[in-house]
Amino acid sequence: MTNSFSTRIKQALADPQLRSNFRGAMDFLRNKRRLAFSDEDEWEALKKQGAAIRQDAIQRLPELLTQLEQQCLNNGIQVHWAEDDQDANNIVLGIAQQHQSKLVIKGKSMATEEIELNQFLEQHNIECIESDMGEYIVQLDNEKPSHIIMPAIHKNTAQITELFENKLGISTPEGDVDALIGVGRTILRKKFEQADIGISGVNFAIADTGTLCLVENEGNGRLSTTAPSIHIALMGIEKVIPNIKALPTLQKLLTRSATGQHITSYLNLISSPRKPDELDGPKAVHLILLDNGRANISQDEQLKSTLSCIRCGACMNHCPVYTRIGGHAYGSTYPGPIGQILTPQLKGLEQEGELLDACSLNGACGEACPVEIDLPELIRILRHRRQVDVHKPWSLEALVWFIWLQVHQYPRLYRLTTKFAALFRSLKLKTPTNWTNTRTLPKPAKLGLHKQMQRHSKTKSEAEK
Amino acid sequence: MPTPKSPKTTQTKDASPKKQVYLFGTCLIDMFYPQAGLDAVALLELSGYEVIYPQAQTCCGQPPYNSGFRPPAVKIAKQTIQLFSAKDIPLIVPSASCAGMIKHHYPTLFGPQSLETKQAKQLAQRTFELIDFIADKLPYTQQPSRPPIKVTLHESCSALREMAVANSWRQVLNKLENISVTYPENRQECCGFGGTFSVKSDAISAVMTQDKCQNLLNTEGKQILSGDCGCLMNIGEHLKFESKKDPCLHLASFLVEHFGLRHD
Repeated sequence: MTNSFSTRIKQALADPQLRSNFRGAMDFLRNKRRLAFSDEDEWEALKKQGAAIRQDAIQRLPELLTQLEQQCLNNGIQVHWAEDDQDANNIVLGIAQQHQSKLVIKGKSMATEEIELNQFLEQHNIECIESDMGEYIVQLDNEKPSHIIMPAIHKNTAQITELFENKLGISTPEGDVDALIGVGRTILRKKFEQADIGISGVNFAIADTGTLCLVENEGNGRLSTTAPSIHIALMGIEKVIPNIKALPTLQKLLTRSATGQHITSYLNLISSPRKPDELDGPKAVHLILLDNGRANISQDEQLKSTLSCIRCGACMNHCPVYTRIGGHAYGSTYPGPIGQILTPQLKGLEQEGELLDACSLNGACGEACPVEIDLPELIRILRHRRQVDVHKPWSLEALVWFIWLQVHQYPRLYRLTTKFAALFRSLKLKTPTNWTNTRTLPKPAKLGLHKQMQRHSKTKSEAEK
Repeated sequence: MPTPKSPKTTQTKDASPKKQVYLFGTCLIDMFYPQAGLDAVALLELSGYEVIYPQAQTCCGQPPYNSGFRPPAVKIAKQTIQLFSAKDIPLIVPSASCAGMIKHHYPTLFGPQSLETKQAKQLAQRTFELIDFIADKLPYTQQPSRPPIKVTLHESCSALREMAVANSWRQVLNKLENISVTYPENRQECCGFGGTFSVKSDAISAVMTQDKCQNLLNTEGKQILSGDCGCLMNIGEHLKFESKKDPCLHLASFLVEHFGLRHD
């Protein structure tokens, strides 16, 4: 994406189809989630538990990761540490080259989006096919996911029907979703048979047993991790949880928050490669632990709750900005509120800080977050850091707030200013501003409240005499 | 200029010395909507309070705070905390978002062991949003008769979430005779104001405002009520831009009219 954030926002807002697709989808998802958490007390209790589990895990990250590594090794899972995206990509490439793989099938994974694994493998002549239906659709259209749970949510059925016709040459009856899914399934089934490597993400990694949990609905995750002879799982280091007792809480919070489901269709618990007496499963399982900036975040007392995220997408589903502009406008792997706080931390405030502007601090994301991440507060903190670290001290905005402070720290000057504004209240500003493009300018009152309260106190004390 | 009724009429209710409250009028109300501030005073006096309005008050500091410019916000917060710490009495704010700034953010602005934090916490405990504060103190049994009217309530984000007082707003309106209350579709969604957001991210803000206004108009309420002047300004100025009409009214003003406190 080469356009600036503001250009992308304008383009998104000017696309009525996109806007209606998002509005419809977000309303649908909000409603589903609301019904899934209809018991307010249960929601509050579950949320507290979930938040505590995640905070504890982030607090003990080094310890839990060491334990996870040891347990995985004991189970026969090969563990790799990747400091950044390049590292992770090279590890995958190394495994693929070792097995002379030409075809990789993938389950849905935002971590692989983050490191742009598909593009990297393609550069090395390895075909990498997405097997999640939504991911398959966006890959077919050379796009990126516009939502972390529903990658193709920006497209409606008609657009997908057209895409399949153009790219695959297969026509399906208008509005027939099942037919579209049938097409994807038929094509992907062959790929599952042919692929020698399956790549997946990890929703939760259980430290004390060395178990990788994968939550999914389509069964493609299970196929990706069992049909090919090699399974590579990529996870951000923050996905670790201490033990299996923590799983039911987080799992409930995840599926209900994401899609309003009380339980997921497939919960995969992967503990080892195929054992000698077993008939199926991969011959080798690799786990790649991706840092890519996360360790630094975990050391930051103010911001480390960013890592509590379980990637349910509820924050974006409830965000009025995301609902208007959709995921692509953000231009980052992770869109919406979680993207706005995570992306500048992963890629730097200088490069990604402007994402922070697109928030009215309405608090809907924080309210929806199932692990109590105070997203609005994190946005405020990052705005402050951006101002301190990146902005020039003599920027126009800094000047505005300097003047603002002078006026407001001297009550007399403040009162003089409101008086002055009242004097010119009938002046009609002709220059269009960001405010007046869609609104009239508020008119200062003839007499401000300060003045009127002075009079009020006077009449009151006279009345009481 | 309509003036609130003199406090004399309500004095008979309570012979004991009047309880005092501070009013933080907010800068928006001071400059643009002083009537809402005067109506807040009238309601507090009707509920038996003497209102103290320190002339040295300015702004709560939320605009620079939310924009990432903390030092000016901290300076103003300190000044505001000191101003309202002279007396240990409730601080009433006729705007949920400014109340939220004082109640929930002031205590986080200073060092954990500092005197300011101690004072801020103390102030936070006695800071109340206006409608929430008077919800159980209004003379519901003495409502003047008025023709039935349908009104639309815009529950601001701060009232719904940070301050969690939207329930009080609803309860107050539900206790009024001959008032039917409607709510817009997507009632929990932001109106698009967000302070500096409306200028910095004007394109997104405009669309959010348009959607909110359309949903509000669809309810066909005669008046659009809220307890947050930021939202009322955003919604009202947009409606004026579109149709020259501004049906927005602060809840305080609506209640003053309802209880017949206004001398026209």
